[in-house]
Amino acid sequence: MANLNIPVYLDYSATTPVDERVAKAMHDCLTLQGNFGNPASRSHVFGWKAEDAVETARKNVAALIGADSREIVWTSGATESDNLAIKGAAQFNKRKGNHIITVKTEHKAVLDTCRQLEREGFEVTYMDPEPNGLLDLAKLEAEMRDDTILVSVMHVNNEIGVIQDIAAIGALTRSKKILFHVDAAQSPGKVAIDVDAMNVDMMSLCAHKVYGPKGIGALYVRRKPRVRIEAQIHGGGHERGMRSGTLATHQIVGMGEAFRIAHEEMETENSMVEGLRDRLWNGLNDMEEVYLNGDLEQRIPGNLNISFNFVEGESLMMSLKDIAVSSGSACTSASLEPSYVLRALGRNDELAHSSLRFTLGRFSTEEEVDFTIAEVRKAVEKLRELSPLWDMFKDGVDLDSVQWAAH
Amino acid sequence: MAYSDKVIDHYENPRNVGKMDAKDKNVGTGMVGAPACGDVMRLQIKVDDAGVIEDAKFKTYGCGSAIASSSLVTEWVKGKTLEEAAAIKNMEIAEELALPPVKIHCSVLAEDAIAAAIEDLREKRGEKTESAA
Ligand SMILES: Cc1ncc(COP(=O)(O)O)c(C=O)c1O
Repeated sequence: MANLNIPVYLDYSATTPVDERVAKAMHDCLTLQGNFGNPASRSHVFGWKAEDAVETARKNVAALIGADSREIVWTSGATESDNLAIKGAAQFNKRKGNHIITVKTEHKAVLDTCRQLEREGFEVTYMDPEPNGLLDLAKLEAEMRDDTILVSVMHVNNEIGVIQDIAAIGALTRSKKILFHVDAAQSPGKVAIDVDAMNVDMMSLCAHKVYGPKGIGALYVRRKPRVRIEAQIHGGGHERGMRSGTLATHQIVGMGEAFRIAHEEMETENSMVEGLRDRLWNGLNDMEEVYLNGDLEQRIPGNLNISFNFVEGESLMMSLKDIAVSSGSACTSASLEPSYVLRALGRNDELAHSSLRFTLGRFSTEEEVDFTIAEVRKAVEKLRELSPLWDMFKDGVDLDSVQWAAH
Repeated sequence: MAYSDKVIDHYENPRNVGKMDAKDKNVGTGMVGAPACGDVMRLQIKVDDAGVIEDAKFKTYGCGSAIASSSLVTEWVKGKTLEEAAAIKNMEIAEELALPPVKIHCSVLAEDAIAAAIEDLREKRGEKTESAA
C-alpha cells in the first residue's frame, strides 16, 4: 500500500522529518554556489546575502508568534532557549526577588534549569496541575508573592498534548509585574500564538518539532515593555549580546522556512491531523480498561496519550516493533520511575507504567492509523493474556487491596 | 534499547504461560513485584510425591526482560527438586538472557519468585521454612 510506510512513525512530538521544501532551502545555504557567507561579515556581498536570509527567517519566525523580528534571538534549540530565558531573567532580576514559579509537568529543560537556580540560592515553587493536566489559575495566583520574579509555564505539553491557558496566565503575571516565560517548543503550527495578546515576555521555540532541522531554536524576548536578561554564552556579541556565536545560516533558514509553512498551512494540516487522531482514538477506545491521559478538548490535534491498564508500556512497545511510539514507562532506571508528567496528574503508577504516546503529523495517513489500531489491539490482547494483573482484575480482585511486596 | 535474541525469543514465544489452582496442596504460588514498580511476576510450581517440580506456569506484567526472565525460569525449574530450584541464582538468568545492567532487577525478581513459590508450597505442607527474603 502506497500510504503505509513501515515502520509507521507516530512520534511527531519527539521530532519531525524535515519538510522537503525546508531541506531545499537549507541546501541552498551551504556550498560555494550557495549562500554560505557569515551573516556577521559586513564588508562583502557574501555576508550581506547571508544576513538577508537570516533576517527573512527572523521575520517568518516572528510572524508566527505575532512578534517583531527584533525580538527574536537565535539559539541552538528549545533547551538552550529555556536556559537562557530562565537563568538570564533570574540572574538579571536577582535584586528584585528570588522566587520562581513553574509546574511539575514542564519539560526537563525547564525543571532542571530551575533545580540549578535553586542550587544558586533561588527559591522555586513547582505547582501540581489539575488531573486534566491544566493549571488552576486561582492556585497559581495564590503562589505569587512580592518576591516572585518569574513564572514559567509551557504552552503545549510534550507528553499529553494539553494546552495551557497562556493568555489568562499572562494577564495575571502582567498585572503583578512578574515576568512570564513560555516554553512553546510544541506549539508552532498546532495552536495560534500571539505574544502580545497573551502578555508573554519570553518564549522558547525550536524548529525540529515543526518539520525544520534539529539544533536550531529561538527565544522571543519582549522589547516593550523591555525585558532584560543576562547572556549565558559570551563572545562576539551576536544577537544584541544575548547569544554570541556565528549564526548558522542554513539552520536558521530552515527554521524560518519551517515556520513560514507552518503558519500558512496550520489550519488545513490541523484538521487533517485531528481527523486521523480521532480515527485512532475511536479505533481503540472501545477496548476494556483504556484511559486517555490529559484533557481531550484542550489538546493539540496530533496527540493521543493512552493508558492500557494491566499492560506494561515498554513491553507493549516491544510488541509494536513496526510502530514508532513512545512510552510513559521508563523501566530502565534503578528506580523504575514512570512518567513524572502522568504522576503529576495524579494518575496512579500502574496507569503511568501502562501508557503510550501516539503523536501524528503532516505525513501520517489513514492506512497507517488503521494498521496501528490493528497492531495495538493484537498486542494488548496478547500481553493481557500474559498479565497476572489482568487475571486478578477479571477475577474481581481489587488490586489496591493487595499487599504488594514492593522492591 | 536493543534486546538480545533470547529475550526476544522468550517474549515472542513465552513458555509455560498460565495459571494453576493455587489451592492445590501440591502447587506453590509466588507473586512478587508491585504494579507501582512496573513489574509483577506470578510463578507457580507443581511438585510430585517425590518433591520434584513436574510443572511450572507463569504470568508476568512487566517489560520484555521481566517476561523473558520468568519464562526462562519456568523451563529451568521443571524436573528439579525444590533444593535445586532454590539454588538458581539471578546472575545465571541474567547471563543466559544477556540482560543489560539496567535490567538485572528483572532477574532478581525471577529469583525471588522461585523462592516465594517454594515458601508457599512448604508452608502449605506444614514444613518449616527458613526465613525467606
Ligand atoms: C516542551 C519541550 N521543551 C523543550 C524541548 C527541548 O527542545 P530541543 O530539543 O530543541 O532542545 C522539547 C523537546 O524535546 C519539548 O518538547
